[in-house]
Amino acid sequence: MLIFDLSRPGRRAAAQSVGPALAPDDLPAELLRQAPPPLPEVSELDAVRHYTRLSQRNFSIDTHFYPLGSCTMKYNPRACNAVALLPQFAARHPLADADTGQGLLACLYELQEMLKAVTGMAGVSLAPMAGAQGEFAGVAMIRAYHHARGDRARSEIIVPDAAHGTNPATAMMCGYSVREIPTDRDGNVDLDALRAAVGPHTAGLMLTNPSTLGVFEQRIVEIQAIVHEAGGLTYYDGANLNAILGRVRPGDMGFDVIHMNLHKTFSTPHGGGGPGAGPVGVSERLLPYLPVPIVVEESGYYRLVGEEERPQSIGRLSAFGGNMGVLLRAWTYARMLGREGMRQVADYAALNANYLAAELKRAGFDLAYPERRASHEFIVTLKRLKEATGVTAMDFAKRLLDYGFHAPTTYFPLLVPECLLIEPTETESKATLDAFVAAMIKVREEAMREPQLVKTAPHNLPVRRLDDVRAARELDLVWRGQSS
Amino acid sequence: MPFFPHTQQDVAEMLARIGVPSIDALFDEIPRALQCAELSGLPAGLNEMAVVRLAQARAQQDGFYANFIGAGAYEHHIPAAIWPIVTRGEFYSAYTPYQAEASQGTLQLLYEYQSMMAGLTGLEVSNASLYDGASALAEAILMAVRAARGGARRVLVPATVHPRYRAVARAIVAHQGIELVELPYCSERGHSLAEALERQDPTGLAAVVVPQPNFFGVLEPVDRLTDWAHAHACRVIAVVNPVSLALLKPPGQWGEKGADICVGDGQPLGVPLSSGGPYFGFMTARMELVRQMPGRIVGRTVDLEGKPGFALTLQAREQHIRRAKATSNICTNQGLLVTAATLYLALLGPQGLKEVALACHARTRDLVARLTAIEGVARVFSGPYFHEAALRLPAKVPEVLRALRAQGILGGYDLGRDYPELADALLVCATETKTEDDLNDYAQKLARILSRRREAPPCAYKS
Repeated sequence: MLIFDLSRPGRRAAAQSVGPALAPDDLPAELLRQAPPPLPEVSELDAVRHYTRLSQRNFSIDTHFYPLGSCTMKYNPRACNAVALLPQFAARHPLADADTGQGLLACLYELQEMLKAVTGMAGVSLAPMAGAQGEFAGVAMIRAYHHARGDRARSEIIVPDAAHGTNPATAMMCGYSVREIPTDRDGNVDLDALRAAVGPHTAGLMLTNPSTLGVFEQRIVEIQAIVHEAGGLTYYDGANLNAILGRVRPGDMGFDVIHMNLHKTFSTPHGGGGPGAGPVGVSERLLPYLPVPIVVEESGYYRLVGEEERPQSIGRLSAFGGNMGVLLRAWTYARMLGREGMRQVADYAALNANYLAAELKRAGFDLAYPERRASHEFIVTLKRLKEATGVTAMDFAKRLLDYGFHAPTTYFPLLVPECLLIEPTETESKATLDAFVAAMIKVREEAMREPQLVKTAPHNLPVRRLDDVRAARELDLVWRGQSS
Repeated sequence: MPFFPHTQQDVAEMLARIGVPSIDALFDEIPRALQCAELSGLPAGLNEMAVVRLAQARAQQDGFYANFIGAGAYEHHIPAAIWPIVTRGEFYSAYTPYQAEASQGTLQLLYEYQSMMAGLTGLEVSNASLYDGASALAEAILMAVRAARGGARRVLVPATVHPRYRAVARAIVAHQGIELVELPYCSERGHSLAEALERQDPTGLAAVVVPQPNFFGVLEPVDRLTDWAHAHACRVIAVVNPVSLALLKPPGQWGEKGADICVGDGQPLGVPLSSGGPYFGFMTARMELVRQMPGRIVGRTVDLEGKPGFALTLQAREQHIRRAKATSNICTNQGLLVTAATLYLALLGPQGLKEVALACHARTRDLVARLTAIEGVARVFSGPYFHEAALRLPAKVPEVLRALRAQGILGGYDLGRDYPELADALLVCATETKTEDDLNDYAQKLARILSRRREAPPCAYKS
């Protein structure tokens, strides 16, 4: 049932009427709309009930264990939302003078400073609105740095093959070509391949650490030295910052740029796909290029500084300076954690990941990197199971849904066949992890005994397996009046 | 005060199962020299009560103002039903619906959103949203260039497009060799000069950007601009305020053929001002351009029993599949804000949204009438406007705004910040949230400030 199916001509949510107004006799008729827009006509209860019911057709952190690897689906404290929606903060216009926002700006400034401290970088900009925009800002700064030195020959960004797709896509948006380098057997960057790849054409390296393979890059210092010696800069993709929070800092490793995903590490919500926030931190030499605005403090007075005062900035990434409400949520979270709590995030994320990996290994599942410590996540490969039963990682994932667990990330990273990338996060209990192990074992038994049951999963959800091919082939992207 | 549930006994049992003596041992693959001692520069943790009190004190310090600033972010009434549903954990704490069967709530909502936005803008397809209006314009420019024949890489952007949108577009498309050419505006009427457009060399031109209403609130000759663009084989990118579309002709009907891509900021649809975000950008387009669109798109399909359901589709455009060849690096949409907007449009409906648009327009007209009745205050432009207008003041705009602020009023946006030729001009906006008393109060205070200024030197009322 779509909201449009509930629509009846003339029905309204009457309390939302702001009343009749003057007909616009001052507007030229040829610029006016002739037919009303095809929006639903429903009562307030219709809308409330419809969308409440829709919400119940979702898995979420608040309702289910959600071990989606590389996404850090940890509990989103409610206090963070309460702070962001405080009426004065919610009502403030973005172009209001700094005088009217000293309280808000104090929070943002503190967040900026806390992110500096936790990453070990020389400066931070809160401007990017998501991780991918943080990546864009980072690579654009690398480009601005080379250009400012008159070095325009550097045309290539190096990306390990295990990287998120956003890395190569970002490099392209910044006008670079992408050179992929392989990963060695232990899940580390292949150093010989890196040495062979760098040169006067190298603008920089984008590296995720811990990598998407769930392991810490052990020769990280050597890697950044190889790139730096070739004249390139180093980009630290902070997607997996949760694993190292308070333990080790990208700035201390010698990196030039890092972006952070606040919706992951700082627990602002994922919201069904956004909003995020992707602040960037930089080393001394990239400070002039940070995206604007930056929050500055001068004798206790806070203000946002724009391109007028930072002429070398790579510029603005949003109309109004960033996702302030997300930043407020992250500020709340960071103030609650404090210095001790930050470190405990990494500690317990690592404990949960290593415990879950150990238990699954003990139960006979194949870890992709059994000799390595898990960071905050790890990979199980179902290659043997598929060979034995025909059941794929996708089938397995869908059956886990039937048991009330959101599936791990499937088929990423691309290097490991039939993989499940599992990230339990620090906020889950041992009991939940044990229940997940039991479900994994149960699904494997089903796959051995009755593969068809798993191959046709899910069975207990609002819909059965959806036809993706049809979705792409017979495009139905907007409602056109026919009832569902 | 972190959020982990482990008891000491849990930790001991878990470490034993892993086979390590301590949590520290789990980090033994990280070179010792890199591991940091206690983080300096971070405060100690606080409990929830203490953080919330601190935040409340800061919020109170910021206080409330009677706001007459628009300039791309608009104060509207947000129905009380919206945010309790938006912040339900099932929406709030879910992620991108990769597992479609476990995300039918979010997916159906996005499909309904896409349908509403396509209908509102009069175009055939919509994506599931982008970050904000400004970055949506940048993405639309990249999309138009990708779709252009013969490698055209120039895009005309009128000076009447929001200055911040132009800045963001520059920052985002700069690295791909795309040239943004500014189109001047008519200093009397305040809309883009169609004559200046018609003098442009169309060679290598991929698209023309057309705002409606424009940054000054003035209505553009959209039909003429659109038809010129299409006559010269380039695309039209509309930049619109979604509330205005209940009243103004939708971009899909501009000129003979309609705009090709439409973008804007969805903030007016149930999203709080929040000092600038999170908002969301919307993008709709002709069907023929759907494979060039950036961002998530949801489609309706069927499950293996033939029952209707929803899934992400056309993912071959996206970075997680196509990597370096993707249409954009964007990974998220602004799902939570889209949830608010979908509820807003459902609660308002076609009639309610039209009433809001009419009320905004009527309040702004009323405000303009009251303010221009003050000696020395006049409209800058004579062209028809919607919901926002530029006024010339007989005094320095920053000083007047400061004096108004001291009396609890945010009087508008100082146009001189972006347009040196409009140094004495103020952009004002009144929406449905303003009553006659509010308008009157503003007019009276402005009259008093301006008359005092005539009688005393400016420094006398500096605050």
